[in-house]
Amino acid sequence: MELLGLYDQAAEINVTPDRGYAFSIRGVAREYAHATGTTFTDPAAKVQVPAELSGGYGVKLNDDAPIYGKPGCDRFVARTVRGVDATRPTPPWMVSRLRLAGIRSISLPVDISNYVMLELGQPTHCYDLDKLSGDIVVRRAAAGEKITTLDDKERTLDAEDLLITDDSGAIGIAGVMGGAATEVGDSTSNILVEAAHFDEVSISRSRRRHKLPSEASKRFERGVDWQVAGVAAQRVVDLLVELAGGTADTTGTDVGTAPDTVTIELPAGFAAARIGIDFTEEQIVTSLEDLGAAVVKNDGGWTVTAPSWRHDLETKEDLSEEIARLVGYDKIPATLPVAPPGRGLTRVQQQRRRLIQALADAGLTEVLSYPFVSKAANDTFGVAEEGAARSAVKLANPISEEQGYLRTSILPGLIEVAKRNHSRGFRDLALFESGLVFLPGGTVGTASIPPLGAKPADDVLDALYDGVPAQPFHVAAVLTGHDSPAAAAHTPRVWDWADALDVARLAGDVLGVELVVTQGSHQAFHPGRAARLSLRSGEVVGYAGELHPKLLAAADMPARSVALELNADALFEAAPDVIVARHISPFPVATQDVALVVPADVPADDVLAALREGAGELLEDVALFDVYAGKGIEDGKKSLAFGLRFRAADRTLTADEASAARESAVALAAERFGAVQR
Amino acid sequence: MTETLPGAAAPNPTDEAAINAAVDQAITAIAGAATLDELKAVRLAHTGEKSPLSLANREIGKLPKDQKALAGKLMGASRGRVNKALADRTAVLEAENDARILLEETVDVTAAPRRRRAGARHPLSTLQDRVADIFVGMGWEIAEGPEVESEWFNFDALNFKPDHPAREMQDTFFVEPPEAHLLMRTHTSPVQVRSMLEREVPIYVLCPGKVFRTDELDATHTPVFHQFEGLAIDRNLSMADLRGTLEHFARQMFGDEAQIRLRPNYFPFTEPSAELDIFHPGAKGGPRWIEWGGCGMVNPNVLRAAGIDPDVYSGFAFGMGIERTLMFRNEVGDMRDMIEGDVRFSEHFGMEI
Repeated sequence: MELLGLYDQAAEINVTPDRGYAFSIRGVAREYAHATGTTFTDPAAKVQVPAELSGGYGVKLNDDAPIYGKPGCDRFVARTVRGVDATRPTPPWMVSRLRLAGIRSISLPVDISNYVMLELGQPTHCYDLDKLSGDIVVRRAAAGEKITTLDDKERTLDAEDLLITDDSGAIGIAGVMGGAATEVGDSTSNILVEAAHFDEVSISRSRRRHKLPSEASKRFERGVDWQVAGVAAQRVVDLLVELAGGTADTTGTDVGTAPDTVTIELPAGFAAARIGIDFTEEQIVTSLEDLGAAVVKNDGGWTVTAPSWRHDLETKEDLSEEIARLVGYDKIPATLPVAPPGRGLTRVQQQRRRLIQALADAGLTEVLSYPFVSKAANDTFGVAEEGAARSAVKLANPISEEQGYLRTSILPGLIEVAKRNHSRGFRDLALFESGLVFLPGGTVGTASIPPLGAKPADDVLDALYDGVPAQPFHVAAVLTGHDSPAAAAHTPRVWDWADALDVARLAGDVLGVELVVTQGSHQAFHPGRAARLSLRSGEVVGYAGELHPKLLAAADMPARSVALELNADALFEAAPDVIVARHISPFPVATQDVALVVPADVPADDVLAALREGAGELLEDVALFDVYAGKGIEDGKKSLAFGLRFRAADRTLTADEASAARESAVALAAERFGAVQR
Repeated sequence: MTETLPGAAAPNPTDEAAINAAVDQAITAIAGAATLDELKAVRLAHTGEKSPLSLANREIGKLPKDQKALAGKLMGASRGRVNKALADRTAVLEAENDARILLEETVDVTAAPRRRRAGARHPLSTLQDRVADIFVGMGWEIAEGPEVESEWFNFDALNFKPDHPAREMQDTFFVEPPEAHLLMRTHTSPVQVRSMLEREVPIYVLCPGKVFRTDELDATHTPVFHQFEGLAIDRNLSMADLRGTLEHFARQMFGDEAQIRLRPNYFPFTEPSAELDIFHPGAKGGPRWIEWGGCGMVNPNVLRAAGIDPDVYSGFAFGMGIERTLMFRNEVGDMRDMIEGDVRFSEHFGMEI
């Protein structure tokens, strides 16, 4: 293998997005030297570059719309090689190395350009010199201007795109892709080599805009060494001469202005305090110098000049990381800081836990579903009235257009989960889920966002807060099939509407919140079997009951499946702060039953409330224990049987006292609903 | 069994031999009664009105005065013996009867039905609570925030430059219209920013919650997942404090033998930044290092965004995935099991983790 030149090894390296430099052998070799202690030899140092270039191809840098004040191109080196044979084969060693780096061999000039990019991290471009007309001008595009890129696609340009142009117009999208018109081909004999330095942001935006990720743009976006452009151009020239039989012009072009060098003050002791290692002076200086930084000692520490290839080094924190990295993160000791006395879980956090645990303890199974739903699902489950549309958050880039909205109700997702379980053979279910729902209000977001690195003004912050849609915490449950598995000597019960109410009331009970139940109407529920759940204040906090038969049929769910959903945040808020104890009377109870005939449409709960109110303070409890209609009861009426429990705090009640209280209760029910005692 | 008794003349209550014979006869009959019903017949025959002893007893009244005392004594003792025998036998037969009924009521306990549903928590939810409890135990507090968030909190405040590739690596869901700068948070870090803005320093908070990335669901990716992130801001915090905190937490989660390892990495919001590995002694297939999350010292720009002076305060932050933690802690092999809602998954865990 070795003899055949096929013995190569490739290593895959994860490059963090702050290190354009590490996308080159030059950068990787330096890192390898840091990691192993091997001596580093800079491949850039081996290239002989003329001290000055002039008289070459005309290049002008005309950026009249820099982004964030940074010119799109701040260096452009152009070199000319003549008499090239572009049809010569690329040497096998170069083809092999390119292939290992994931780059396909195309033609000798293009391969050389790519090879130098891999070696030095500087993307270069080869133009067919004879196809160029007039000076090269680097400028922003005119809106609507067009270019046909190397991939033979015509692209319409944006005014923000940075272009390489000549008299004919655009000949390349700077740093992203060259144009087809000036492409090097088999007949090319004279080549103009470009090695330029472009602004990261400008390249990144063009690449995104045209969806043109390229090896060049990947490097420019992450930052290329300004200083290496001349070296890279020279290296391409050298290889074109050596491998393609060309002759280099002695003249050349190098225009642009170097960015200011970055100097950082590193106070003595700063790195030690930030990292927790008591670094020696030698460790600090050696580490930084190994990176290629210039380190000068001053009164309180060091002045560090970052190397030109390390755009990511800007602050003393950055330097601390480099020192720690080179000394080794494994040298960092462990100390456990002590937090100030904490306040434990907040009340809402405790309430949330209690609610979830109570539902699980009651036999329901907690599941999770995605918050992505269809518009139709939100319009059905999010609003009570049929035909009304629910305002909902729409995603700009959903995974599926069908599920392009964020949920305003947990039930659609929960029903999907129920269906999935059904399809897997589980029909008897009691599922619940809790989580946020998304209810956009008046303002949606903010037209702009403040810059980073500074606290926004209060009004700007307030606008940011206000622009975020309301996201209350909901809990929902779906019950389908039976309450328990069938077994010997046990007949499971089919879940019904009352179970949904029961679960809802359990949620209220564990939080100490009374839920007021009234006959409800909600398009997702059976029109006659839905309960509206409210707080004492009247605020509606949810619905419970049997799901609408049509909806169940459409979803292929078992008939009579039931569901509920509650705005749990509203319950948490309504929970009492302090529960005042009740006096426990040791005196005996006096029980009285009463059967009242009322019109069939009077809600039992209303009658019960009237009894409670009318009975006065001797009443300890009242419960509905029978509902009857039919023989013996007039048509259109029903009989409600209540058990009343009376007890006094301070004495044993006489039968007369209990009866009087009962009569008073019945009297109020009679007054309100025409109730007649049977 | 019941013998036909000589219904003829009553024995003489002074005739000790005759009385004793009647008593013996009664006791024999009592002992011979095999059921409570038989015993009832025996009792009627030997202590009923027509029984020899009752008849004899009635004769006492007719005796001369001087014989009454002796006869009374004899009859009293005799009837006492019979009644005692009856009581004893009754007790024995009742006990036998009770035992027989209980025996007859025997059921097959192995065939008991499950009448009550056992509910279950989702293990991600349980694990989230467990993690929170560890930090609350250390005096930290739990902070929360919205899932649809302003872009500023999710990126800019965290020092993501507007056009930096790191911003794109987050695969963000944006909300319509994009000009409104709203998105689904890609990490729980915006809660850290909110915490810094809303709380007084020193701050020690843990931020658990759902996060969103535009990944298609497969065995190792899901567009919706859970994280917990920690943030500590105080005077003089160093990376050693970060390491100590993570080590303590790792040992609470995975036992005293757990270790952590930091490797250099890049995040816009921390400097220095590190990748966090955990040495999991109980890992499936043997103890090994597992990638767990990211961490670092809070970037001064992040502190500035929250109005905290980086020259006075420093801080550290870390973040881990709850799904990932559950996957290697509880050997969950497929991400889909955690999010599809199959009841078998939650019910297998019950209330535990």
